[in-house]
Amino acid sequence: MAAPGPARLLRAAAASSRRWLFSSTSPAAGPRPGYGGAAAAGRTARPFSLSARAVLSSEDKITVHFINRDGDKLTAQGKPGDSLLDVVVDNNLDIDGFGACEGTLACSTCHLIFEDHIFEKLDAITDEEMDMLDLAYGLTETSRLGCQICLKKSMNDMTVRVPEAVADARQSVDMSKNS
Amino acid sequence: MAGAGGRAPLGLRRWLSSPAPAPRVCVVGSGPAGFYTAQHILKHHGGALVDIYEKLPVPFGLVRFGVAPDHPEVKNVINTFTQTARSERCAYYGNVTVGRDVTVPELQQAYHAVVLSYGAEDNRVLGIPGENLPGVYTARAFVGWYNGLPENRDLKPDLSCETALILGHGNVALDIARILLSPLQLLRKTDITDSSLAALACSKVKRVWLVGRRGPLQVAFTIKELREMINLPGARPVLDPADFTGLESAVRDAPRPRKRLTELMIKTALEKPVEMQAAAAAGAAAPREWGLKFQRSPQEVLPSADGRRARGIRMALTCLEGSGDSAKAVPTGAVEELECGLVLSSIGYRSLPLDPAVPFDSQHGVIPNSSGRVQGVPGLYCSGWVKRGPTGVIITTMNDSFDTAQSVLEDLQGGVLDTSPPREGFGLVESILRSRGVRPVSFSDWEKIDAAEVARGKAAGKPREKIVDPVEMLQIIGH
Ligand SMILES: Cc1cc2nc3c(=O)[nH]c(=O)nc-3n(C[C@H](O)[C@H](O)[C@H](O)COP(=O)(O)OP(=O)(O)OC[C@H]3O[C@@H](n4cnc5c(N)ncnc54)[C@H](O)[C@@H]3O)c2cc1C
Ligand SMILES: NC(=O)c1ccc[n+]([C@@H]2O[C@H](COP(=O)([O-])OP(=O)(O)OC[C@H]3O[C@@H](n4cnc5c(N)ncnc54)[C@H](OP(=O)(O)O)[C@@H]3O)[C@@H](O)[C@H]2O)c1
Ligand code: FES
Repeated sequence: MAAPGPARLLRAAAASSRRWLFSSTSPAAGPRPGYGGAAAAGRTARPFSLSARAVLSSEDKITVHFINRDGDKLTAQGKPGDSLLDVVVDNNLDIDGFGACEGTLACSTCHLIFEDHIFEKLDAITDEEMDMLDLAYGLTETSRLGCQICLKKSMNDMTVRVPEAVADARQSVDMSKNS
Repeated sequence: MAGAGGRAPLGLRRWLSSPAPAPRVCVVGSGPAGFYTAQHILKHHGGALVDIYEKLPVPFGLVRFGVAPDHPEVKNVINTFTQTARSERCAYYGNVTVGRDVTVPELQQAYHAVVLSYGAEDNRVLGIPGENLPGVYTARAFVGWYNGLPENRDLKPDLSCETALILGHGNVALDIARILLSPLQLLRKTDITDSSLAALACSKVKRVWLVGRRGPLQVAFTIKELREMINLPGARPVLDPADFTGLESAVRDAPRPRKRLTELMIKTALEKPVEMQAAAAAGAAAPREWGLKFQRSPQEVLPSADGRRARGIRMALTCLEGSGDSAKAVPTGAVEELECGLVLSSIGYRSLPLDPAVPFDSQHGVIPNSSGRVQGVPGLYCSGWVKRGPTGVIITTMNDSFDTAQSVLEDLQGGVLDTSPPREGFGLVESILRSRGVRPVSFSDWEKIDAAEVARGKAAGKPREKIVDPVEMLQIIGH
């Protein structure tokens, strides 16, 4: 029985949008022939650009930079009130294994590390988030669960870091263009 | 796409396989380890073809048959697994028991790489007298029963006693305690099987003891699950404040998870009496209750006078040698007996060797490996519980599966895995299976079973009513 809370509210949002699993490292390229599955087929991968400049910036969009495990910087935008999980899902950001429980506070795969000045201003953490965060890999003083953090204007241009999982200490191999 | 489990059309296959033949990878087991390994290989290798073999007709391993019915959030991972299975470069073959229907050496002939992700299908045993008396069940069987695992569907646990005792302080022990004590209306809307719900409705169990051989600082369960138990409606925690004396200072400098977990136990032990009085004053009906007992190591399950069933348990009191996680429980010589008609042994799962061709470390119950490469057998890999031992939540299994997938990718890239001789993959396995009279279940077959389960659950307001008989599953898909 899940504790009622923000998780409940976010579930529907996260479940309705699914990532493009095998679109490899450059989602901007869009679906490739022969890739993906039926679940994703109905949904066009939303293009996003690695450079914030190229994105049509409308007034109420908030830009977030993610430093991925390999050090790559991914930049995306969301609306105020979107969770960071929504941002990752809606923009097809390629972060391995992110958001496994779809925002229901049951997995801690959405763990992100914040800049000090942003972290200090985040809404207070609930016991339920803290309980799940305790199981996260690479916990730091400024760690939170991305599915529980909702975008605010003041977060515009913030940078969050994806923590390294044990497996990622190794040089990652990517042969997604081998075809 | 020709059926969700189908392969890419021929033309596409040719496109994928030029210039070098596509690496064919086989994964044994469709739990989180199997699916996360497949996902990572498919995602990071644009040409690899991955086939997943599963013993049961239905996929997802412990996500379906282990995770508690009242934890539907955890099962959301199935959405991602489904997406993987529907990928044109992935195929699912259920109803195939590797080691029996097809051997590992046969799979190695059909594939460039074979990944063993078959989990832990057995349990540790207590090795004490009375362990096999009626009234004593393994946690694995009990969990399998309420979750509709075919092999446990006829368990019919005897729930006619008032006191149950669970051995072990892990999350599985808490899952079982919660299922035993949950108000029925909370379980009714879950995917718990109809027959176990009916049995729980007649249950007389109103007191559950969870017994650990070590102390409060060594419990293996996690805080979310403990908090859930503490907040369970209609059940009151009974913790002895004496068990926690001095622990507050002991955990002051402990890592945060251990510190918070211990503090929650202390807080619960100390504050409950007040609430209890309040409840008593308010004339509340005697609630169900549960409690934690520490430093008690099971010695013997005591038989009833007629010797026919369990009536209690004798435990050796222990003291701890050393401190922290590595503390050892040493019997003090004193013993204690406790009356209970139901004993559930929740001391851990255990992997079994699969095939004589695969090395196995029976002491640790794992396949010896480094980063998932099976020792001494090039081209053979392992991931999940069979690689690491039967502990860890989904994220642990996910990370270690990515690690194994990474090894496969490295070996493909570095030429350790020679993919120049093309391998036939399922084509070869199919003829072997046919000659042995085995008919695999495809992912689209599973989706038919899935739809049937969801339809049956709908009437009762449940997410699904699981089909517990494999014969019936196969009937649905016309096998
Ligand atoms: C009771 C219980 C509850 C749990 N609840 C949670 C939870 O709430 N949250 C959480 O994060 N984690 C939970 N876990 C942990 C989680 O389930 C494990 O981390 C994970 O399932 C391990 O994955 P695996 O793939 O290694 O094993 P499994 O999930 O066991 O998968 C192994 C698969 O291999 C198949 N197989 C076995 N033998 C063969 C064979 N010879 N040929 C072909 N296939 C074969 C099996 O049928 C099975 O489908 C729970 C575990 C248990 C036991
Ligand atoms: N909700 C969830 O997230 C969830 C739910 C279920 C399971 N899981 C995960 O699945 C994994 C398996 O869980 P589990 O509960 O089976 O295993 P576990 O966490 O390893 O716990 C096993 C318990 O049994 C005890 N034990 C072992 N041998 C014993 C013996 N001979 N006599 C007495 N006690 C003995 C252990 O005590 P010692 O420490 O003294 O050995 C420990 O308390 C865990 O990682 C768990 O977190 C997660
Ligand atoms: S997505 Fe699972 S806890 Fe945030």
